[in-house]
Amino acid sequence: MTVAITGEEVVGTLDKKLKGAVKSVESEGILIQAEKILDIALCVKNNKNLKLDYLVSITGTDYIDYLEVAYLFYSLDNNKRFTLKVRLENKSNPAMPSLTGIWIGAELQEREIYDLFGITFSGHPNMKRIFLWEGFRGHPLRKDFSNGN
Amino acid sequence: MAIKTEPILLNLGPIHPSTHGVFRMRALVDGEVITDIEPVFGYLHRGIEKLAEQKSYRQFIPLTDRLDYVASMNNNLAYVTAVEKLAGIEVPERAEYIRVIMSEIQRIISHLLGIGSFFNDMGTFFTPFFYMFIQKEKLTDLLEMVSGQRLLFNYMRFGGVSHDLPDEFLPALNTFLKEMPAEIDKYERLLKENEIVLARSKKVGILSPDMAINSSASGPVLRASGIEWDIRKADPYSIYDRFDFDIPTGTVGDCYDRYRVRVEELRQSIRILEQAVAGIPKGKVLNPVPLRFRPPEGEVYSHIESNKGELGFHVISDGSDKPYRLHIRAPSLLNLTALRKMLTGWKIADAIIIFGSIDICVGEVDR
Repeated sequence: MTVAITGEEVVGTLDKKLKGAVKSVESEGILIQAEKILDIALCVKNNKNLKLDYLVSITGTDYIDYLEVAYLFYSLDNNKRFTLKVRLENKSNPAMPSLTGIWIGAELQEREIYDLFGITFSGHPNMKRIFLWEGFRGHPLRKDFSNGN
Repeated sequence: MAIKTEPILLNLGPIHPSTHGVFRMRALVDGEVITDIEPVFGYLHRGIEKLAEQKSYRQFIPLTDRLDYVASMNNNLAYVTAVEKLAGIEVPERAEYIRVIMSEIQRIISHLLGIGSFFNDMGTFFTPFFYMFIQKEKLTDLLEMVSGQRLLFNYMRFGGVSHDLPDEFLPALNTFLKEMPAEIDKYERLLKENEIVLARSKKVGILSPDMAINSSASGPVLRASGIEWDIRKADPYSIYDRFDFDIPTGTVGDCYDRYRVRVEELRQSIRILEQAVAGIPKGKVLNPVPLRFRPPEGEVYSHIESNKGELGFHVISDGSDKPYRLHIRAPSLLNLTALRKMLTGWKIADAIIIFGSIDICVGEVDR
């Protein structure tokens, strides 16, 4: 079984400065400040006990009041999983740092989220639409997107 | 005086037999050598994740067929297990066995096609492909028996499967299982030590273990790089913990290893099928669930080992009869992440083979 690492366990491994970036702790993950994601991701990746070295999936969600991005990680050695979440309240121009510098596995998924939700990832080598064409208006997975029906 | 050269932008695809669907590669070439490449896709984007938010949970099952269309059964399985986890739906024992049987049959079909088209890319034009197609057709017949369809099955339901197996199914599957090992031996005799195959695929397109993990590769691509990671073992879903099978891995991570891993997985799938056929109990195959049901609020990420890698469904429910958000973690898309690193420095002819060895399905890449 791929066991979920509890939020408390991961917060315990962070140093004082990064603990301040944790907004809330859930049973299987933590919600953090968007601008601190690179530091925290590096921390959980390089920590010898956690070893969360495999970025599985990035899911964007539009919760009307804010956009949420959820990162799921595995530790292949320990067979464990963990979720990092980020909320972006500025829906008119949402932006956050890109994880491509740490995991190139983030490259296509971040482009997908940019395309479908309009979140810009700073530091991404090729931040442009992935499925839809340049010039397409709007971001379809936003809840207020209308396809004309 | 040296001859002045300049790089040329070469467009491969989107309509080309070697791209396995509508997929385009913009390659920058210096002579015959690729110096940079950008995959371009989206031609088959149907907005499946948006459609999911507009359909009831049940109505979305047939759309999962249309992701990786040679893995319909596995897509069904991944989606229904995710929703069952979310809503706490129980599945009868017999249905679990049927699911495993369907899933492994689908894996054999997909790997046969994957290997066959890989050899097409290598230049053995359609001879190995049709050898494999003979067996693939027998399995397609089996799936048609249970579902009435040959490609998009729409067979699984929340709480089980739509129909029980017809009486002639298990005998036909048994016949297939008896014949298949000898067929695989035949492929091996033709191809495994073939000099051209070795020359063209060994040490070509190497994906190092570190890069495989870093680029979120999964499935045979990850295992060929020597990482022993198979969700059927690591996080057993359905009843996979009851079966005895091995995880084949490669050592080098080249095209040849990816081909070898798929061949070995054929044998492992046959092992699983033999055990499943021997152990399948009698009983009902479906715990009925209302057509429009409302799972409790919450979210779930559920994954299976699909033919091409980790297929995950991230389903978020707001308590209504439609998913609030449904994200599909598509193995074909993520296996493409390392494509640029794998292709750069190789010649165009090698690029076709390397790309073929990843074995993608564009239906799943674009969704």
